[in-house]
Amino acid sequence: MADVNRGNRPLSPHLSIYRPQLTSMTSILTRITGNAMLIASLLIVWWFLAAATSESYFAVANGFLTSWFGDLVLFFSLWGMWYHTLAGVRHLIWDNAIGLEIKTAEKMGYAVIGGSIVLTLLTVIII
Amino acid sequence: MAFLTDRKRATGMGSAKSGTHHFWSMKVSSVALLFLVPVFIFTFGGILGSSYTEVTAYFARPFPAIVAALTILVGFKHFNDGAQVLIEDYVHGLMQKVLIIVLTCLSYGAAAVGVFAIAKLAL
Repeated sequence: MADVNRGNRPLSPHLSIYRPQLTSMTSILTRITGNAMLIASLLIVWWFLAAATSESYFAVANGFLTSWFGDLVLFFSLWGMWYHTLAGVRHLIWDNAIGLEIKTAEKMGYAVIGGSIVLTLLTVIII
Repeated sequence: MAFLTDRKRATGMGSAKSGTHHFWSMKVSSVALLFLVPVFIFTFGGILGSSYTEVTAYFARPFPAIVAALTILVGFKHFNDGAQVLIEDYVHGLMQKVLIIVLTCLSYGAAAVGVFAIAKLAL
């Protein structure tokens, strides 16, 4: 009994044979958005450091962040932020063993995708 | 041939010590960020694009400065915890340990820079 078979067990069918499901895709996207926000976070930290350093250095960082490229990064990060936030709320709900049925989970998946787009556009309009 | 019992092999591993600590700290920081992030988006987003004097005057006020500092601090802690799981899922062995150390330095380093900058702006 103590001598357990390690590492030589049959593997379950792997990713390549599965049809992508909404639940798995929204889950992967949560991880991607969460980690991708690092770029915008570091840019914002740099912006704060520049503002605390000098006016000329601020002009450099502020110029980059408000350029078309900076706008693009911040826009996608804003969407990533709302997506990750809503997906996180879904996880907080799941943690209570609520909404784990596939139908409900998929409904919440559509709500997360749609909600993140709506919130992003609203934020852009307000700011 | 191992002469250990299953019980002996499991004792002290994983959840026997602090298995839920990581989960719990992510949960706490996620709830904190749920409040902080929207406020940060609208305070930071509102002032971004303004002049140097406007920006420095804005973050000299307590509310925007405290919100920004807390968001950066809690945000990078949350990022550190989350990215650690990402590494643990895909990288193993020595490289896993190296990457987690690099990640920790990056997260705490960036948080320290951010909080320092905001403190300097605010004071």
